[in-house]
Amino acid sequence: MSGIVIIGAGQAAGQAAASLRQGKYEGSITILGDETQPPYQRPPLSKQYLSGELGMDRVMVRPEKFYGDQNIALHTETRVESIDSSAKSVTTSPGDSYQYDKLLIATGSRPRILTIPGSDLSGIHYLRTINDVDGIREAMQAAKKICIVGGGYIGLEVAAVAVTAGLQVTVLEMEDRILQRVTTPEMSEYYHDLHTGRGVNIMVNTGVSGFQGEGHISTVVCGDEKIDADLVIVGIGIIPNIELAEAAGLDCNNGITVDEHCRTSDPHIYAAGDCTNHPNPIMGRRLRLESVPNAMEQARVSAANMLGGDKVYASVPWFWSDQYELKLQMVGFSTDGDTSILRGDKAANQFAVFYLKDGEVVSVDAVNSPKEFMVCKQLYGKTVDPAALSDTNVELKTLLN
Amino acid sequence: MPQVKFIEFDGTKHNIDANNGDSIMTTAISNLVPGIDADCGGECSCATCHVLISSEWQAKLEDTSETEESMLDLNPDRSAESRLSCQIIVSDDLDGIVVNLPEFQY
Repeated sequence: MSGIVIIGAGQAAGQAAASLRQGKYEGSITILGDETQPPYQRPPLSKQYLSGELGMDRVMVRPEKFYGDQNIALHTETRVESIDSSAKSVTTSPGDSYQYDKLLIATGSRPRILTIPGSDLSGIHYLRTINDVDGIREAMQAAKKICIVGGGYIGLEVAAVAVTAGLQVTVLEMEDRILQRVTTPEMSEYYHDLHTGRGVNIMVNTGVSGFQGEGHISTVVCGDEKIDADLVIVGIGIIPNIELAEAAGLDCNNGITVDEHCRTSDPHIYAAGDCTNHPNPIMGRRLRLESVPNAMEQARVSAANMLGGDKVYASVPWFWSDQYELKLQMVGFSTDGDTSILRGDKAANQFAVFYLKDGEVVSVDAVNSPKEFMVCKQLYGKTVDPAALSDTNVELKTLLN
Repeated sequence: MPQVKFIEFDGTKHNIDANNGDSIMTTAISNLVPGIDADCGGECSCATCHVLISSEWQAKLEDTSETEESMLDLNPDRSAESRLSCQIIVSDDLDGIVVNLPEFQY
């Protein structure tokens, strides 16, 4: 029986299946994912799920019953081994074969793995899946000294949870500042001070050269320096899962190449989420994003187009990160700006930094400032008066006129 | 089981038997009610679960939090009836609540 097959069972896969049914598609839908659980939300994993604030039921996107009710065949713990695009079929590791009329690749991404001496010791964890975090949560019960390799958002979110839970926390960052890859020196400094103020030890310009221990990690080696640790979390970036697409002969270049309709180079195959390299017509360039809103919207666009629609994916990227009681909401890429404008009070932990390029708003980093975040979504690409933007006495609404 | 009555922008009605403790947002997406995106999954981070609820029903709801208020304030379709559906938890008191869906989420 043909129909629509979705490879991957993450948020893009779940949303695409739901959107197909919302779009009145009555054919078969098969989701093939290698994880244990139905589609779930990944963002809380390094935040409220790690801290225990949210349980498994709250992390699920939809209850498991949903898939049966909607006649969506959800196969968990099922790894797709190959795509045969001429036969329009996929083969799983148990050796089952599934025919498709349309295929959606939503394979996501995986953590970049450290391969240095000692990296196979127990007590060294990566964070991507619920099962990963269940392992980390259990390890945190017994751990006293946690070392986090990589000062990106995942690492810093884990640092916030761990130091709040009473662990001694060290963050190692290879570059000369945390968040170097994703934000400006100004925001890096703010988050550096925030974490050190809460007791996190941050070491910049520090690359890990090896791990030592008797079976279990006890020491992280950074050149001449040694750091005691009984738990290590490595958060050094992700790699898009493009191997299946590549092997099937689809165009790939830092992600699976798709057009603005989420179509790959094969007209019967679509792709959505972290694994894609897609054009952004608003920004005028191609992007590969590690982002839930991107996964969700590409899933909706793919679903509409697999049903014969002509929907275009065109959204300004946005992101968020929760650390301690602070909610950081971001629109666009701060590194696109040539000018930054501060609005609010950094000392009060309530401020936003807007970024302008040639006078046009291109980004915001908003800390505990949801209005600034919302306004930036609407001001993107528009020219504003910088003096008004920086003046908290000026109502943001007036800037939208 | 409390019933939630969703009405799409075009007038299409969806009467859903909801679970106590679920949010209105979760109730919608678990039952394929269109019009709610819920990109952030219910963390009050995105404002893509905007709904409209009449003042009679609003009286039975908790007041909006500061964060919810801020997120709603700059929504182009903001009205006195605006709420974020991820912040409303279903209970027996809300049996029959009417939830109107906007044309767009921003």
